[in-house]
Amino acid sequence: MIKLETINANVYYGASHALKNISMQLESNTVTALIGPSGCGKSTYLRLFNRMNDLIENIRIEGEILIDGKNIYQKGTNVDSLRKSTGMIFQKPNPFPKSIFENVAYGLRVNGINDAAFIQERVETSIQQVALWDEVKDKLKKSAFELSGGQQQRLCIARALAIQPSIILMDEPTSALDPISTSKIEELMYELKAKYTIVIVTHNMQQAARVSDKTAFFYLGELIEYSQTKELFTNPKIEKTQNYITGRFG
Amino acid sequence: MQSSSKKFSERFIEGLLLISSSITSLTVVLIVLFLFKEGLGLFSHSAIEEGNVIAVNKNNQVSVLSGEQLKNIFDQKIVNWKELGGSNDSIILFRLEDISNYYSDEQIGENFEHLPECISKLNDSISGIISFFPDKYWTKDFKGKKIEFDPITMKEVFAGKEWFPTAHPAAQLGIAPLLLGTLWVSLGAILLALPLGLASAVYLSEIANKKVRSILKPLIELLAGIPSVVYGFFGLVVIVPLIQQLFNLPVGETGLAGSIILGIMALPTIITISEDAMNTTPRAMKEASLALGASKWQTIYKIVIPYSISGITAAAILGIGRAIGETMAVLMVTGNAAIIPHSLLEPVRTIPATIAAELGEAPAGGLHYKALFALGCILFVITLIINLIVEFISSRKKYQNS
Repeated sequence: MIKLETINANVYYGASHALKNISMQLESNTVTALIGPSGCGKSTYLRLFNRMNDLIENIRIEGEILIDGKNIYQKGTNVDSLRKSTGMIFQKPNPFPKSIFENVAYGLRVNGINDAAFIQERVETSIQQVALWDEVKDKLKKSAFELSGGQQQRLCIARALAIQPSIILMDEPTSALDPISTSKIEELMYELKAKYTIVIVTHNMQQAARVSDKTAFFYLGELIEYSQTKELFTNPKIEKTQNYITGRFG
Repeated sequence: MQSSSKKFSERFIEGLLLISSSITSLTVVLIVLFLFKEGLGLFSHSAIEEGNVIAVNKNNQVSVLSGEQLKNIFDQKIVNWKELGGSNDSIILFRLEDISNYYSDEQIGENFEHLPECISKLNDSISGIISFFPDKYWTKDFKGKKIEFDPITMKEVFAGKEWFPTAHPAAQLGIAPLLLGTLWVSLGAILLALPLGLASAVYLSEIANKKVRSILKPLIELLAGIPSVVYGFFGLVVIVPLIQQLFNLPVGETGLAGSIILGIMALPTIITISEDAMNTTPRAMKEASLALGASKWQTIYKIVIPYSISGITAAAILGIGRAIGETMAVLMVTGNAAIIPHSLLEPVRTIPATIAAELGEAPAGGLHYKALFALGCILFVITLIINLIVEFISSRKKYQNS
């Protein structure tokens, strides 16, 4: 089933053309990896789906970006509720300067949920989902900054899961983490894809190969190749892809 | 050769830098020492005007009076000695100029040569008398009793409700009205400036686009560069009459006018410091909030403001600090009545305004002069405390981040 789709998506930052005519379909309950060298537009592409690009001044977005077949850039789209249905994980762990509990509860509270018992339960299940519960259950009231980097990142994932999105967008989620924390997050992705559609931007090709079902290779704002991960890494159709994944440029 | 000359020049520069920093620190220390030496000198003085004597009948049981009691006696608020622990006898005031009521010019003598004798006789004959006269008329065989005065106490100064440093025969040096006036006006200023400044800071840091910000920010910083006397002038010409009309007051020079002017003057400090603090909120943190479906406004008050709260607090406190120390503008618009204020619509007098207005007419080294220095000490201590609080808050913030 097609969860996310772009049709001729173009993005301009002022005069520079950051994304060129991207047409792509992303299936639900899969992990799709976006790879490519820095500045190729993969993060910009990712941020189309929760309209985070809207925050940038002088940006112009053209084409159709569809979630469940609905154009999310249509006039009258409620951006806040759109973002509620897409969880986002960032490069560096970015917990709020609040307690561990309040970090996870934040998304619920800003969306108008006040039922304490419901929040309690949702926070607990979300933290359990990211396998962090045993590590933090005794210090939920402590500041989230007291956790290690890897724990913080899992907390951020729990925070995103708490509002029960259907899509999780990950923007290089392990680039600031040590290998052990990285493998924990990767395991988590594998479990999460049963319930969510995951799109991950990564610089790490091994990671893309390990976690994703499909991979898209971006270069200079263009989508060069998009296929099953196995196929893209073992038998790329296009020379540029071949050169990139073998490390000849990047 | 070259290396040794380089060494010399480097050492010379190092020496210069050392000297300049020592001079700077020494100056600061000397100023503070001078301030406290002069200011604390107040407490070895007695309240009675220098070179004068207060005398009573020698049978009077009262032998020590406080400055306040003396003032009340001469203001005729105390009219009987029994109120002061003496016998039941009504108080009869005697000032030097009253002498003609008792003696003719001939009796006093052409060159006042019999004056000391006359005063002595009066003190002897009238049992309820209290007389105030220059000590050169106090002779060895004076038939009366000299009243002793204790040095001025901290309590008299801090709890005293009247500031009347040139009063006869005893200066009233209660700083409560000045202290309250200062705090009152500053509090009013911060109540006006904080919401406005915070709102502007939020607007500048989170909402305004680059173009608007590039115009507004220099404009606000310019506000800090306007001389305070110009603010005072503006206040006097625009705000004072406005307040007078608006509240239908006899005079518009009120604490409120001072608060408004000080609030405007504190705005640049509050806006720039709290905006800087808000700008340090990591972009990722704001994005994380927005990505969770929080609106821009929710992100501002749930993430940006809590994150930068220590910077905002520091801004507010520094704003208060600026308001407390400000002199000229306040002097011009507050009406300068040294009365304990009951509302912002009454004239008030602040500590800096008092110093500025009165130092010129206080004889150097005298009681009034020292009292003004004591006011300076108090002001110094207040601003020191404020700066320490700011330092504490910002150091705590650093600790949090690491």
